Amino acid sequence: MQRLIKQTIETTLQSQSRRQFLKVIGGLGAGLTIALHTPLSFADTNNLNSSDNPAFEANAFVRINPDNTVSVFIKHIEMGQGTFTGLATLVAEELDASWSQIRSEAAATDGKRYNNLFWGPMQGTGGSTAIANSYQQMRMAGATAKAMLVSAAAQLWQVPETEISVNEGMVSAKNSNKQAQFGELAALAASLPMPDEDQIKLKKPAEFKLIGKQNLSRKDTGKTDGTAIFTQDIKLDGMLTAMVLHPPKFGSTITSIDDTQAKSSEGVIKIVQIPTGVAVIATDYWSAQNARDKLKVVWDHSKAFTKSSTQIIAEYKEIAAKPGLIAREEGNLTTALTQAKTVLEATYEFPYLAHAAMEPMNCVAVVNKNSCEIWNGEQFQTVDQMNIAKALNMSPEQIKINMLFAGGSFGRRANPHSDYLVETVEIARQMQGTPIKLVWSREDDMRAAYFRPAYAHKLTGALDENGNISVWQQHIVGQSIASGTVFESGMIKNGVDVTSVEGASNIPYAIDNIKIESTTVKQAIPIQWWRSVGSTHTAYAVETFIDELAVKAGKDPYQLRRQLLAKHPRLKGVLELAANKAHWGAKLPKNWGRGIAVHESFNSYVAQVVDVSVSDNGQFKVEKVVCAVDCGVAVNPDIIRAQMEGGIGFGLSPVLMSAITIKDGEVVESNFHNYQVLRINQMPEIEVHIMPSAEPPTGVGEPGVPPIAPAVANALANVTGKRYYQLPLKV
Amino acid sequence: MPVTIELNGKKQTIDASPSTPILWVIRDQLNLTGTKFGCGMAMCGACTVHLDGQPIRSCSTPLQVADGKKITTIEGVSQNNNKAIIVQKAWEDLQVPQCGYCQSGQIMSAVALLENKQNPTDEEIDAAMSGNICRCSTYVRIRSAIKTAAKQIADAK
Repeated sequence: MQRLIKQTIETTLQSQSRRQFLKVIGGLGAGLTIALHTPLSFADTNNLNSSDNPAFEANAFVRINPDNTVSVFIKHIEMGQGTFTGLATLVAEELDASWSQIRSEAAATDGKRYNNLFWGPMQGTGGSTAIANSYQQMRMAGATAKAMLVSAAAQLWQVPETEISVNEGMVSAKNSNKQAQFGELAALAASLPMPDEDQIKLKKPAEFKLIGKQNLSRKDTGKTDGTAIFTQDIKLDGMLTAMVLHPPKFGSTITSIDDTQAKSSEGVIKIVQIPTGVAVIATDYWSAQNARDKLKVVWDHSKAFTKSSTQIIAEYKEIAAKPGLIAREEGNLTTALTQAKTVLEATYEFPYLAHAAMEPMNCVAVVNKNSCEIWNGEQFQTVDQMNIAKALNMSPEQIKINMLFAGGSFGRRANPHSDYLVETVEIARQMQGTPIKLVWSREDDMRAAYFRPAYAHKLTGALDENGNISVWQQHIVGQSIASGTVFESGMIKNGVDVTSVEGASNIPYAIDNIKIESTTVKQAIPIQWWRSVGSTHTAYAVETFIDELAVKAGKDPYQLRRQLLAKHPRLKGVLELAANKAHWGAKLPKNWGRGIAVHESFNSYVAQVVDVSVSDNGQFKVEKVVCAVDCGVAVNPDIIRAQMEGGIGFGLSPVLMSAITIKDGEVVESNFHNYQVLRINQMPEIEVHIMPSAEPPTGVGEPGVPPIAPAVANALANVTGKRYYQLPLKV
Repeated sequence: MPVTIELNGKKQTIDASPSTPILWVIRDQLNLTGTKFGCGMAMCGACTVHLDGQPIRSCSTPLQVADGKKITTIEGVSQNNNKAIIVQKAWEDLQVPQCGYCQSGQIMSAVALLENKQNPTDEEIDAAMSGNICRCSTYVRIRSAIKTAAKQIADAK
């Protein structure tokens, strides 16, 4: 997957935009004279070493400040998954800094300095890559800075470097009372040449003092006293708020606009037409919303999308019953099916899903003649620069982006079309020089789509005369996420979008005859990745169907998985860890059931054992989840636990109640009353166990999500004896 | 007609239409941005503030309702309120926030709960907190933090 993204980016770069893309992103010339009330942590890192500031900017990631604090520049967005802590931990470890002196700051937008190393020359966050791609880079950054501090101390005290040691932010010389804090050495260190990379020695895991060793306090502060700044909170001098009236159906166009009443509404400054609708620009949110309610727009639906999701799913199911394009094929299904003792078939249905981050999409932009500045919970810097530049007929380096915290994203803020950012600049360009804050209401956010696509899967499985699974056939039908984006060339191979089939095409179980098929269907409904992408549906189908086959064969679902995972030690490892910690096989209370699921996504391995209780009226409750995760070296164990807890909670919403339905081309759901999401009373007890590992670290933002849905369904089947082929579950 | 409120201990006269939701007065007019906009229809709790000590959804409460009353936001909740300080500290100690966007509202609901119940049961926590959505699903830790804070408040007596 990561390789594919990198390939994609490189292919894209070789095409039309390469020249523009690789230009060094320089200064934007005269800055805007805007009072920006954001904390220092969002300072621009481009112009730091002024002559009166003796800070030591060791490299693109580390700056030792004269006040003895250490600024760590974080190239990945903090959206709750812990980058501001995780990446800082890597630097602090190798720098031998004291954790209390570390300050995390958002890095500038610069695809050359701050690219995601798994994505080629592109800055962005996704695919649970933040820690994985930064592991070496951030440790090297810390170690290099430390080496320079050591050189500075050696020079200052006239002792050999070998006699200098660093511990918890204190530099000291052996056999003498000489010691100094980092800040005292900053100016001298700044004057020294950068050491060669091969002179830098990284610590061995046994030497780690911070990585994996303790629960470090998080570095994304201000979240308990209201001082953390999100896009929604940005205030700039003269800033206006914009809201957009979007078409009710996808693809509707404007016939006429009557804005007489809206124009005279209190606080309205201007009403403008943009490619995505009609924008009301006002002094504040409430004025903008009131005025928007008064807009009268006649829409032309002649080219609009008018289907309903029931129809879409019915069509997908028909397609799924026929052959598709081959994503993987092993053995001979025809022969095996003829020889099979039992054949099971099932058709699964998955609805569209909204990301519904707590912070509805929003963006602040100022467009000037030759520049554009953005404030955003910024997940996709390089793509956003390209798309905004294209919209404004500028070059990417003219687009400056300030990365703020995001109030959740779950994939939404990494939109390949930069939808809401482009919408913002389309408004701001009509108000040149004026900062514009686009705010979507919850209804706007939910109805603008970019949903997790709906899918249907047809599964066929067979058991041979010995009760062994001899056939696994799976046909996945739905829209392609990569199609029509810059990711198309890398992610779509022979007509198969890897994001549609991941989690199924790599089914790990030892089965002789496997066929995974895919059919992509085009719809006008905008779609996008949603936390754990393909695995949001493939894990459900694979892990419930293998469970059904196991029970059909009279085998214990856990033991059968163990047996079929002999060649996948890390998957087997978490499966066993979860099962052991949950006391798999122990007697359960009456009307309780237990289910298990295991899944690899983004090179991390997660197994979950779920207990459910079913009441007499048929209602069920998810009581407890025991989760085991193998993500290599556990950099911040507490954040790993938090991400597993959060991933389980996030994954429970579509199991229990979330679904987007389309009726005659319109999104039915609009807010949390009809797009329901998990609340505290539905949250189970969760126990997380981390597999000890010396493998390089992999991500944890997404991998906690996929196993929960199938584990719940399997637990429910364990009580009711029924199987569940639709989400949300209907008991 | 101007509305007079006491916001975080300070008397203020607000010049806004009385039907304006308190949320937008606080955020856009008074520049206190700790209280968040999440849904606009009292479904998510991100906008929770205290009105005369009771938790309300400020996105759906018009300004006129607050006339002559006290509003407390996340920025002012720990002024002279030891319970709130303990709650915020429990939130930090247990590393509750992930994205953090809903946490002002969560803390305002939790403080109000502990003002009314010294030692809330799981059911009482569910009842008081189920109006506050957290899409990061930090619920396990919210529950623990409320229990931790309740114990610390009891111990401090």
